[in-house]
Amino acid sequence: MLEKENDLGELYREIILDHYRSPRGHKHVDHPDIVNKGQNPVCGDEIEMHVRMREDVIEDLGVYCTGCAISVASGSMLAEVAKGKSISELKTIAGAIKQMLTTGETDGSVKLSELSDLEVLEGVRDFPVRIKCALLAWVTLVEGLEQYQNGEPEPRVSSTEAGESSPEK
Amino acid sequence: MSAPNTVVAKDKMRGTPASGFDPETLRADFPILSRKVNGHPLVYLDNAATTQKPQAVIDALSGYYSTHNANVHRGIHTLAEEATAAYEATRDEVARWVGGVKREQIVFTRGATESINLVASSWGEKNLHKGDGILLTQMEHHANLVPWLQVARKTGAEIAYIPITPEGLLDLGVLDSLLADGRVRLVALTHVSNVLGTVNPVAEIVGKARKHGAVTLVDGAQAVPHQDVDIPEIGADFYVFSAHKMLGPTGVGVLYGRERLLDEMEPYQTGGEMIRLVTYEEATWDDLPHKFEAGTPNIAGVAAFAAALRYLRALGMDAVRAHERKLTAKLLAELDTLPWVTVFGPKNPDVHAGVVSFEVEGVHPHDLAQFLDSVGVAIRAGHHCAQPLTRLLGRTATARASIYIYNTTEDIERLVEAVQQAKQYFSGS
Repeated sequence: MLEKENDLGELYREIILDHYRSPRGHKHVDHPDIVNKGQNPVCGDEIEMHVRMREDVIEDLGVYCTGCAISVASGSMLAEVAKGKSISELKTIAGAIKQMLTTGETDGSVKLSELSDLEVLEGVRDFPVRIKCALLAWVTLVEGLEQYQNGEPEPRVSSTEAGESSPEK
Repeated sequence: MSAPNTVVAKDKMRGTPASGFDPETLRADFPILSRKVNGHPLVYLDNAATTQKPQAVIDALSGYYSTHNANVHRGIHTLAEEATAAYEATRDEVARWVGGVKREQIVFTRGATESINLVASSWGEKNLHKGDGILLTQMEHHANLVPWLQVARKTGAEIAYIPITPEGLLDLGVLDSLLADGRVRLVALTHVSNVLGTVNPVAEIVGKARKHGAVTLVDGAQAVPHQDVDIPEIGADFYVFSAHKMLGPTGVGVLYGRERLLDEMEPYQTGGEMIRLVTYEEATWDDLPHKFEAGTPNIAGVAAFAAALRYLRALGMDAVRAHERKLTAKLLAELDTLPWVTVFGPKNPDVHAGVVSFEVEGVHPHDLAQFLDSVGVAIRAGHHCAQPLTRLLGRTATARASIYIYNTTEDIERLVEAVQQAKQYFSGS
């Protein structure tokens, strides 16, 4: 087995630390259509999103995350990007981020470099246990949007662990 | 191998010599400690998760496979006899180590977790009934919590918890009232907390529990590696621990049990190695301890565990505890000078083993652990398999540094320095 060296600066790029220290989107949203919580059982990261929709477009959203720098920064970037985008656009972006983090490539349908600071999440790829931290906000948003589309009224707790989503107790 | 049913003489050497040892010298016995991590010399402070292995244990493992390997208890050939002798010799060593008990009372398992599951299944599910009480503590590792949740679910027994004080000690003021109604049939608790480092007064608690007619189990996974433990003195009916947390190989656990209870219990698993007579219609069980050791055990691991015990005996467990106490006191004192650090668990190193959980304001434990790793310092971050306790502390995760024989004052200094660097890195000031 090779001894591997980790470059901390790849994971915690200055932009990530900036989002962590002053997260965007940490604000109140009037009359949210979607309230969804997410958690990352491995780390204990917790996120809550309040989203107001106008038809299938996000009109406004608030993101409240307590967790590590990666999960907080990822939620903060999501808050910058998501406003004004449609459900299908956001699902495509979430898919591209997941693909980038797990395979290192994207199919080209989305240019992450053109979307706020999302590209810097690429550095997380070399730190496998932290990938779930980076995905938490996106998993939580997509599940919230799907519940909205399916007309599920009940808030749920999304999880980065497959099969762990459950109605909130 | 000693004769069956004789108490193996107590290991008098275990607690001595108390003259101490030089951790710098013994580091040379641990090959892994000379490797670099991310370009820095390794500072290994995750010993509560597992300890590193001295060359003597690595050699014993590989020596077993290169010269003695065979299956145990059934072969009529030289190798099988040697393998059986090595395996059973460790059982005698362990029986001596834990205070001089019968070899029949020592069952080898995969680890402390399996030892507890064995008791939960073979004793708990048969002897606990609807309305019976199970008394645990709020500081249990999942290993001594989840098996009892399962037993409660299956039997209808009810679980209560001895609470902890704000300082992280068991609140023994309520113990009498928890035991008073006589419904508690089992008291199961940890000897040393794997999160708070609290050393619990297990002999006192076991004594009270037994007076009320309860069976007792003590989880010694964080105790036996670090201090002199005498099970008969504690008086527990069951006592469990793991080899890999005390220099030994992974995949070896110990269950000590009171002979009468072990005798009454049904096997945990069935199959080869644990039978006396099998027909197409039925089977009878072998004597203790083999009744509880179905299938081919971890022979190499058990054989090499003896080398770990020999290594610790040469140091002396009182000296081990004194060394860890010194480093724990230093770590607690240094963290205390940092106003943005919160330490969980007792402030007094006399009742605080070498497990120190803490929090750095503004730095998530996972970011802290990641930063420390980048400078070669290995600690644990997370819930430490004690989610209810972590939640009780009002956290989702904590950072934990845990000490062993090869840690030095320099290790503690490097940890504290790196914690200060991490604070600066993440808070940006």
